Amino acid sequence: MSRTIRIRKGADIRLKGRASSEVAQAARSSVYAVQPPHFHGVTPKVTAKPGDRVEAGSPLFYDKYNDQIHYLSPVSGTVKEVVRGAKRRVLAVEVEADATDTFRSFPTVNPQQADRATVLNALLEGGMFPFIEQRPFAVPASPKDTPRSIHISGFSSAPLAPETAVVMAGRMEEFQAGIDALAKLAGPGGVHLGVRSGDATFNGVSGAQVTAFDGPHPAGNVGVQIHAVAPINRGEVVWTVHMEDVANMGRLLLTGNYRPDRIIAAAGSEHPAPQHFAVRLGAQVSTVLAGFTGSADVRVVSGDPLTGQTTDVNGYIGDLHHQVTLLPEGNKPKFLLSTGWLGLGLDKFSLSRAFPTWLLPKSKEFTLDTCNNGEERAFVVSGQYDAVFPFDIYPEHLLKSIMVNDIDAMEKLGIYEVAPEDFALCEYACTSKIATQQVVRDGLDMLQKELG
Amino acid sequence: MKALEKLLDSIRPNFEEGGKLSRFWVVYDSLETFAFTPGHTTKNGVHIRDGIDMKRTMFLVIVALIPALLFGTWNQGHQYYTALGETASFMDKVLLGAGKVLPLVIVSYGVGLGIEFLFAGMRKHSINEGYLVSGMLIPLIMPVDVPLWMLAIAVAFAVVIAKEVFGGTGMNILNVALTARAFLFFAYPKQMSGEIWIHNAGKDTFVDGYTGATALGELANTVGKDVASPEVTSIMSQFSAEGVYSFMNSFLGLIPGSVGETSALAILIGAALLLWTGVASWRVMASFLVGGLVMGGLFNLLGLNGFMTIAPWHQVVMGGFMFGMVFMSTDPVTASRTETGKLIYGFFGGFFSIMIRVFNPAYPEGVMMAILFMNVMAPLIDHYVLAANIKRREKRAQLATA
Repeated sequence: MSRTIRIRKGADIRLKGRASSEVAQAARSSVYAVQPPHFHGVTPKVTAKPGDRVEAGSPLFYDKYNDQIHYLSPVSGTVKEVVRGAKRRVLAVEVEADATDTFRSFPTVNPQQADRATVLNALLEGGMFPFIEQRPFAVPASPKDTPRSIHISGFSSAPLAPETAVVMAGRMEEFQAGIDALAKLAGPGGVHLGVRSGDATFNGVSGAQVTAFDGPHPAGNVGVQIHAVAPINRGEVVWTVHMEDVANMGRLLLTGNYRPDRIIAAAGSEHPAPQHFAVRLGAQVSTVLAGFTGSADVRVVSGDPLTGQTTDVNGYIGDLHHQVTLLPEGNKPKFLLSTGWLGLGLDKFSLSRAFPTWLLPKSKEFTLDTCNNGEERAFVVSGQYDAVFPFDIYPEHLLKSIMVNDIDAMEKLGIYEVAPEDFALCEYACTSKIATQQVVRDGLDMLQKELG
Repeated sequence: MKALEKLLDSIRPNFEEGGKLSRFWVVYDSLETFAFTPGHTTKNGVHIRDGIDMKRTMFLVIVALIPALLFGTWNQGHQYYTALGETASFMDKVLLGAGKVLPLVIVSYGVGLGIEFLFAGMRKHSINEGYLVSGMLIPLIMPVDVPLWMLAIAVAFAVVIAKEVFGGTGMNILNVALTARAFLFFAYPKQMSGEIWIHNAGKDTFVDGYTGATALGELANTVGKDVASPEVTSIMSQFSAEGVYSFMNSFLGLIPGSVGETSALAILIGAALLLWTGVASWRVMASFLVGGLVMGGLFNLLGLNGFMTIAPWHQVVMGGFMFGMVFMSTDPVTASRTETGKLIYGFFGGFFSIMIRVFNPAYPEGVMMAILFMNVMAPLIDHYVLAANIKRREKRAQLATA
């Protein structure tokens, strides 16, 4: 443990329905799916046809503009369907799973002794490369780049997020192998691991610079950690990997098997029994819902309540998600004096102090629904974003520069350092109900397109 | 409340596209969203949202204005009867004040909201809550006898020119309420200055010492005259502990002035609410106060005329300083939008308020000029705050490549 950085700005949204530390093995899903839209900007070229037999690790599709990057089947079985949406966009490749898996075997690699090309090739062939994300632009990484540094966050601070100790239990050997592999890929900046201060899970990890972080959400966001440790400058590329995928990389190299397991925190006030579930990537959401069968009054979110995506009980857990959250829908009008804008609001958790709930003890947890709680307005209140945005960046001015497509201003104001998820709390807190994450996403997409 | 919900739902089709009253959609929409926070749910992005919205934010500001409004209502009656030398009951004073103040409030809201509805209908956007606050601020910074037609013109000018032409609430550069006041000040200078600050001043005969001038108006008469001259001494005696404009009287607000600006105490009660709920920026308020005290202190050191010898803490409870500090300079739209910028913005707001009122006796209401000036300067302040941030980032990049 070298140093501890305290993140002062931010907020923990205290939601009801935190997952207990127990881990249950989820029932095996009958169908698994890999969903290309979860890998932002990837144009999939589907190679698997319905009816094909696949092993765990057989390719399903590859990236049309980066054909080295393969997306593999998480289980063995039969390709069921290629689900397409508007304009024939591929939404999911579904695989009907066998009762037990047969694995395609990849050569094992000793990450400490192998050279960079071997490691890179093993990750590309073995299907773990898509789980590396790059900044700037917050898109899947390109194997052509050598990143300045690679950053891993050792905890998630998002509301109702899975616990590090639970996720990483029994996986430290694989995690270490993953770190060793990433150390080969990283440039001069090396590999950085940000851990929650006081968390002993990662004690003994070598080959990575460990920094402890203390403070509220978004302290666990990798972007915040990068900014605190070594901010991204124009022209630099850094990679980020989720800690669980680091362990999965290690597993691939050590065992030669593509077996992307996930510990999912199944949580939220509407979940009948919030706890962690062990699943395989691409499992059906229903396998972690403990008997919940769906209702029009409950929203099923794959991911956390701030950045996740709406799905339903028949959907699949997103490829990059580590959490499933059930939230009450807020689709009923609220009368002004009772639950509306003029009510006392003892049930409303707010980052502003306009509701008396800020006086309640910090242990009180809230049930928040999906109501917008107001209509969209122009920017009026100032300083709200700054209070929950631990970057040396002026969030509101960056957003405005994006809204007016001023590329020069975006660059100067630091757009290269941010990802949409970093603006999630701003969006939550916003009095004017502005969709800040979407604005940032659009800005990053436009910038990437302009810069080619 | 189901009944109300049903009623709104049943008349809704008339206002929707193709309905008989579709041109009045904004009216229906604003009433419906006023009564019921709509069941709009989050789409993409966050799935949960903070409970705070524009309506609640603006409503809290209006609540914070209530002490100043109530005190002002009473004080207008109080000043009138005191000037006449008559004793009157509490109720008499309140009734007289209410008879003058209520029409101001009604005209302000009527004209302002009318224009808002018109623009919202034309531009097909929903009504923004911004005017709910401006509409209450405007009557509070008016002299009590301002003709209603003049007020209506001022409101119309402020809403259209200061706000709507820029795109509505959130887009304006100048504080709407102060623009209304400034408009009257420059368009009708004769009616807006001098001895107009007590009801019926110049018509009824007041007892000695009551002229309908404000404390600042009296002080302006000391400028350019010898500090020791009998005329100045007699004016200054009104500002001693026993005088009409003593610190205590000014702090409590028992002096003539605009409807809501006189009582520092009532304003500070509102300020406490704004700060407690976090609606207004403490940075702006605190630095504004510091700026005013610093300028007042500097003038004390100079002491060139009677006005300059007023103690800084006395300066800040006179005139519109407190009202401007709490309710005008903290308007987030027209203030600096960066946290660092707010400190600079507030400080110079307070600083210039005192400077203008002392240096230019033709504009005793320096606060209005100072805040409007700082409104214009706020984007510039933000520009330099951002430039520093940009420079920091560039320097970092250079270090990385070096």
